[in-house]
Amino acid sequence: MMAEAGLAALWLAAAMALLQLVGGMTLLRGGAGQLVPLIKPAAYVQGALCAFAFLALMWLFYVTDLSVLLVASNSHIDKPLIFKLAGTWGNHEGSMLLWVSVLSVSGAAIALLEKRIESKTLNATLAVQAFIALGFFAFLLFASNPFERLVPAPVEGNGLNPLLQDVGLAFHPPTLYFGYVGLSIAFSFAVGALLTNQVGPAFARAMRPWVLAAWIFLTIGITAGSYWAYYELGWGGWWFWDPVENASLLPWLAATALLHSVSVLATRNALRAWTIMLALVAFAMSMAGTFLVRSGILTSVHAFAVDPERGAFILALMLIYTSLAFVIFALRIGSVKQGEPFQLISREGGIVANNIFLSVILAVVLIGTLYPLAAEAMGDKISVGPPYFNKATVPIAVLLMLALLIGPMLRWRRDDLKRLKYWLIGGAAILLCSGIAVWKFAPDVGLFPLLGIALSLALAVAAWLPLRGRKLLRTPLPIFGMVIAHFGIAVSVFGMAAESGFSSETLTALAPGESAEIAGWQVKLDDVNPVVGDNWVAIEGELQAVKNGNSFVLRPQSRQFFKPEMQTSEAALLTRWNGQLYAVIAQPDQEGDGRWQVRLWWKPFVPFIWYGGLLIAVGGIIALLGRMFRRAKKPAKSKWQTS
Amino acid sequence: MKPKHQRLLLAVVAVFALIGAGLIAAAALREEASYFYTPTTLASANVAPGKVIRLGGMVQKGSIVRAPDGVSITFTVQDKDKTQKVAFRGITPDLFVEGSGVVADGRLGPDGIFIADSLLAKHDENYVPKELADIDMTSAEHTKDTLSK
Repeated sequence: MMAEAGLAALWLAAAMALLQLVGGMTLLRGGAGQLVPLIKPAAYVQGALCAFAFLALMWLFYVTDLSVLLVASNSHIDKPLIFKLAGTWGNHEGSMLLWVSVLSVSGAAIALLEKRIESKTLNATLAVQAFIALGFFAFLLFASNPFERLVPAPVEGNGLNPLLQDVGLAFHPPTLYFGYVGLSIAFSFAVGALLTNQVGPAFARAMRPWVLAAWIFLTIGITAGSYWAYYELGWGGWWFWDPVENASLLPWLAATALLHSVSVLATRNALRAWTIMLALVAFAMSMAGTFLVRSGILTSVHAFAVDPERGAFILALMLIYTSLAFVIFALRIGSVKQGEPFQLISREGGIVANNIFLSVILAVVLIGTLYPLAAEAMGDKISVGPPYFNKATVPIAVLLMLALLIGPMLRWRRDDLKRLKYWLIGGAAILLCSGIAVWKFAPDVGLFPLLGIALSLALAVAAWLPLRGRKLLRTPLPIFGMVIAHFGIAVSVFGMAAESGFSSETLTALAPGESAEIAGWQVKLDDVNPVVGDNWVAIEGELQAVKNGNSFVLRPQSRQFFKPEMQTSEAALLTRWNGQLYAVIAQPDQEGDGRWQVRLWWKPFVPFIWYGGLLIAVGGIIALLGRMFRRAKKPAKSKWQTS
Repeated sequence: MKPKHQRLLLAVVAVFALIGAGLIAAAALREEASYFYTPTTLASANVAPGKVIRLGGMVQKGSIVRAPDGVSITFTVQDKDKTQKVAFRGITPDLFVEGSGVVADGRLGPDGIFIADSLLAKHDENYVPKELADIDMTSAEHTKDTLSK
C-alpha cells in the first residue's frame, strides 16, 4: 500500500513539475499567461509530494517490506536499524529518489523564501528547476522505479554491501547529493537571470547562499569520504584519485571558483558573464558526477550493478541539460552588459587568479577522469592513476596557494603591492626559512612536500591578516568565515605534505609474541582472537604499541561478512598529537605457519588533512550564517530608511 | 583599460588557461597513463622495463609461491596462450586465489618478472575488475593443462 502511495506521489510531483515548466514557457513568450500564478504553488506541492515519496520509501525500509524489490535486494531483516534506514539511499533507485526529493524541496524553499529578485526571474528560475526535476522524474519512473514490487516476496533479503555498512558512510552519499542539488539550484538561478535579463548583484545575492550551502555540503562530503576511504579500505591512503572521488572533487572545484566569483558579482557588480559561465560549469560537473557514479560506467564500490539502459538515460539527461545551458549562454550572453572594471592588482584580480587556477585543475582532473572512458570506447584499455593526477595538479595547486598568500589582503577595484610590502617580505621570509629548515631536517623529502609545508606555514599566518586593522566585534561574519576557511586550507595542506613526505611503512609477518619496529614505535603482536558481530565474524589482532614508555593497544580486524559474502579489513588507528599509527591485520595463508601478516604505518600529522577540511566547512557555515543574519536584518533597515 | 577590452582580455586569459590545462594534461598523460595488457599482448608489445602498466589474467593453478618472510609472493598470470610471472609484496586481496581473475598494477623488472605494486582480485558478481569483464574466463580455464608444467 505504502509503495503504491509513494509511486502515485512521484507521478503527481512530475505532473506539478510539468505544470511549472509550461507556466515558465508562457511567461517567457511574453504572454500574460494564466499559468504563471500557478508556478509557485506547484513548486510547494511538488516539494511536499517528493518529501512524502521519500519518507514512504524510508518507511518501507524501516519495516523491511520484502515485497518491494528494492528493499529485498538491498536490506536484510537482521541488519541494524541505522543501516536499514540508510539503505533507503544506499542503492541506485533510492539515491536517485533522494536526489530529486532534495531538488523539489529546495524548489519549494526558493518559492517560499526568495524575495530579493523580481518575480519574473523567480518564476523563470522555478521553471528551469522544474525542467531539471522532470528529467529525473522520467528517469525514476521509467528506468529506476524504487517502489517496484517483488512477487513472491523473499524471506530475508539480500543485504547491503558490507563496505557500505558504516555510520560515516551512511551519511556520506546524501551529503554529496545535497551539494550536487545545491549547484543545480545555482544553475537554475543563473539560467533564470539570463532568460529574464537580470544578471546583476541582486541575482548574485539570491544565488550566493545556495552556492555556499552546496559548497559546504561538498566540502564535508569529500572530507568524510576521504577519511572513510582512509580507515575503511585499509590501504593507508587518504585520496586515491578514483573516478568516483573525482566525481565529487570536480563539482567542488567548480563550486569553489563560483563561490569566489559570485561574491565579486554581489559586492562589485563585476565578472557577470564569468559567474554565469562558472554556474553552468558547476552544474555540468555535478551532472557529470551523478553520471559517473550512477550510470554504472565505473566499477567500484560506489557503482552498483551495471545497467546500460540507465547509463544511457543519465548520459542523455546530462548532455541535454548541459548543451541546452551552453546554447542559452551563447544566445543570451550578448545581452548581459559588461560589469564594473577593475585593475589587475585588486581583489577582483586575485579572485580571477583563483578562478583560473581552479579551472585549470578542474580541466586537468576532468581530462584524466574521462580519458580512460574515451580510450575504451575506441578500443584501448588505459588506466590513469595517482601519478598523472599528482604530477598535473600539484604544481597548479602551488600557484593557487601563492595567490592565496596575497589575494585576500588586496583592496577592491585597485590596489598597490607597495601597500603590502611588509607582508610580502614577511611572507617570503616564512617561505624561505621554513623551506630551508625542512630541507636541513630531511634533505631527500622531495620538492612538493617541502613546498607544501612552507606554503602552509605562510598561509597559516596570511589567512588571519585580513582581520588586521578591523574592529573584531564589528567585522561581518562572512569575513571571519573566509579567514577560517583559508586557515583550514593551510591546516589541510600541512597534513597532506607531512603525510606524503614523512610517512613510514612496514610490512611483516608476525607470530604472537613477536614484534616489529616503526618510526620509534615498538609494536608487539600479543594475540589473535576470533570475534563475532551482528552479521560478520572476524579475527582480531591485539597489538601493543610502545614508544617512550607509553603503551597503547591497537585492535585491527579482518572481517568476514555473510550477506553478501565479503571480507573487509578494519584498520586500527592510534591518534597522537603529531600523527597516527595505522595497523592492518590479514587472514593467514592456507598453508600458514602460525604467523599473521601485519602492516603498519606511521603517518605524521595526517589528521590535519581532515581537521583542515572541517575548518574549511566551518568557515563556510559561518559565512552562510552571516549572510542569512544580515538578510534577516536588512528589510527592517530599508523600511526605516524609506519612512 | 576600457571596459570592453577588459571583458575581451578576461576571455582571452580564460581560453589560454584552458589550452594550458589541455597541454599539461596531454604531457602528463603521455608519461603516466598506464596501458592494460594480458600476458599475450604483453609478450608481443615490447614494453620498456620500469614503465607503469596493468596486467590482467587468471592466476595459474599451483603457481602461488610464498616467500619465507611471510609477506612476499610470486605467482603466474595466464591467459589463453601465454603466461607472465609476477612478484608482489604485501597483503593480498581477499579473493586472490588460484584460478581466479586478477589485475596487477606495476612494471616489468629488468629480469622480465612483473613487479606488482597492487593487486585487484575478482570480488563478486557485482564487482569484477573492469579489465577482466571481457576476458573469457572459461577459455583461460580450458588451457590450463597445456600451460602448467
